[in-house]
Amino acid sequence: MPSALINVPKKAKRGDIIEIKTLMSHIMETGYRHTASGDVVPRDIITSFTCRFNGTEVFRADLFPAIAANPFITFFTTVTESGKFEFEWIGDKGFSETAQASITVE
Amino acid sequence: MKIALCIAFVTTMASVAFATEIPQSERRSGYSFMSADTKAMQDEDTANPGMLFVLDGETLWKRKAGSADKACADCHNDARVSMKGIAAHYPAFEKALGRPVDLEGRINLCRTNHQQASPFAYESRELLALSAYVAQQSRGVPIAAGDDPELAPFVEKGRELFMQRQGQLNLGCTNCHDDNWDKKLAGSAITQGQPTGYPLYRLEWQSLGSLQRRLRACITGIRAQAYDYGSPELVELELYLKSRARGMPIETPAVRP
Amino acid sequence: MTNLDHTTRRTFLSLTGGAATLVIVRPVDATTAMLSAAIRNVVGEANVRTGKVKLDIPPLVENGNTVPMTVSVTSPMTAGEYVKSIHVFNEKNPQPNVGNFYLGPRAGRAQISTRIRLADSQKVTAIARLSDDTFWSATADVVVTLAACTEEAI
Repeated sequence: MPSALINVPKKAKRGDIIEIKTLMSHIMETGYRHTASGDVVPRDIITSFTCRFNGTEVFRADLFPAIAANPFITFFTTVTESGKFEFEWIGDKGFSETAQASITVE
Repeated sequence: MKIALCIAFVTTMASVAFATEIPQSERRSGYSFMSADTKAMQDEDTANPGMLFVLDGETLWKRKAGSADKACADCHNDARVSMKGIAAHYPAFEKALGRPVDLEGRINLCRTNHQQASPFAYESRELLALSAYVAQQSRGVPIAAGDDPELAPFVEKGRELFMQRQGQLNLGCTNCHDDNWDKKLAGSAITQGQPTGYPLYRLEWQSLGSLQRRLRACITGIRAQAYDYGSPELVELELYLKSRARGMPIETPAVRP
Repeated sequence: MTNLDHTTRRTFLSLTGGAATLVIVRPVDATTAMLSAAIRNVVGEANVRTGKVKLDIPPLVENGNTVPMTVSVTSPMTAGEYVKSIHVFNEKNPQPNVGNFYLGPRAGRAQISTRIRLADSQKVTAIARLSDDTFWSATADVVVTLAACTEEAI
C-alpha cells in the first residue's frame, strides 16, 4: 500500500513560481546488497518520476539506486492557469503509482 | 590506532563509578543532537518519510479487519480526538495480563480481542503504521508513562535492566546513556536514549522502526543476546525509558540518524 | 595509506558495533573510468565548464543512507534561454549515476532537491545542460561517518 505525500500550494497568482515537494513510499533496494547467506537482493527501485500539469509534462527525473529510500524530490514550476498536477512514479517489478494535486489561480 | 582508541573508550566507561540519573533540567531529546539537515527532515511533514507510515496507519485505522469485521474507527471513531494523548501513557498496565503492554502490544490485543484478527508481526509495515498513526495524535503531548502505581514494580525491573552490565563488552545502557551522553562513539553522538519519537524513521534503517527494534540493536551492539520482540524485558525497558523521559514532548514520527 | 586507514575503520566498526554476524559487503566502487563514461554518456564530446551550478550538500553527513542535496543553476528561465537538465554523479558508489532531472523554461527556477545515498566519503558532481547545449558543473566533497552501532538490515 504505497503512500505519497505531495506539497503543492492550493492557490497561487498567475505567473508565480511555486515549489512542489513529493515524497513516495518505496524501499529503493539497490541490487548491491547481499543476504547473510550471500544471495544478492534483487534491485527494486523507482526508475522514473514525471510531473504533468493539465496533461503537459513539466518535470521528469530518472532515478538510480543512489536515490535514498522513500524518494523525496522537489522542483519548481510556473503557475499559468488553474488545473491539476499529476505525478507518476514507475519502477522495477511493475511498480506504477500516481498522485494528483489541484491548484487554483487567483 | 582506532581499535586502540575504542578499547580505551570502553575501559574508561568501565571505570566510571555507578551511574547517576540525568537531572530533569538536563534532559535532551535525540533531536537536539542532530545536524540541521536531519532536523529539517523531521520538522516538515512533507519532508519526513515517517509521515508515509502515518498515512498508511490512517488507512488501516479505517479498514475493517478480522472475523468481527470491525475497523479501529468503528469503536474509537476519529483517532485525532480519541487517540490524542494516549501514546503518552504507554506502556500501560493491562489488568487482564497483570503486566504492562506497549502501544504495539495494545494494538495487537485490540486485534485479537475485539477484531478477532491475527496479531500483526513486530516491525511489520502494518504495526509500524498503526502505532505511528496513533502516537502521532500525541505529538507535542508530554510523556506521562509510569504514573499508574500498579506499574511501579515493572518500572523498577526496567530500571534494573537499564543499569545491568551485560554482553561481551560488559556494558549497561546507563554506562552510555546516563554517564557519557555528551560524548561521541566513532562519529555518532551518544544520546541520552530518551524515547520521545517512536516509532521513528532512522536513516540507518531507511525505514520506520519501533523502540523495541532500537533496544535490540543497542543490546546487540554491546554484544549481548537481545531479548525477543514482545518479551517482558523489552516492555519493562520501554516503560522505564518512558518514565525516565516523563514530561518530554512526543515527536512521533521522529527522524534520527 | 588511505586504503589501510579504511580497512582499519571497517574493522573498528565491526568490532564495536553491530550484530556479531555483521557481514560487511563492499561492492566494487565506481571507478574513475566508469564516472567519466557516465558523464560522457550525457555530455558527449562537449566541454564541461565549472560554474553557474551550485551544489548544496552537507560536507559531513551522519548517515550515508540519506543525504539531502540541492542543485541550483544560475540561468534565465525564458523560452529562449533556460536550463534543460541537471545530472548528478558520484565517484564511489557501485554505480556512477545518481539522477537525471529534466526541466524546461516553465520551471521558472532551475533548482531541484532530493536525498541520495553515498556508500563512502567521496566527490559528488552536478552537471547542468543549458538550452544552448553548453554544460556547466559543480563538485563537492562529502565525508560520510558511519553509525557506531550498525545493525544487520537484511
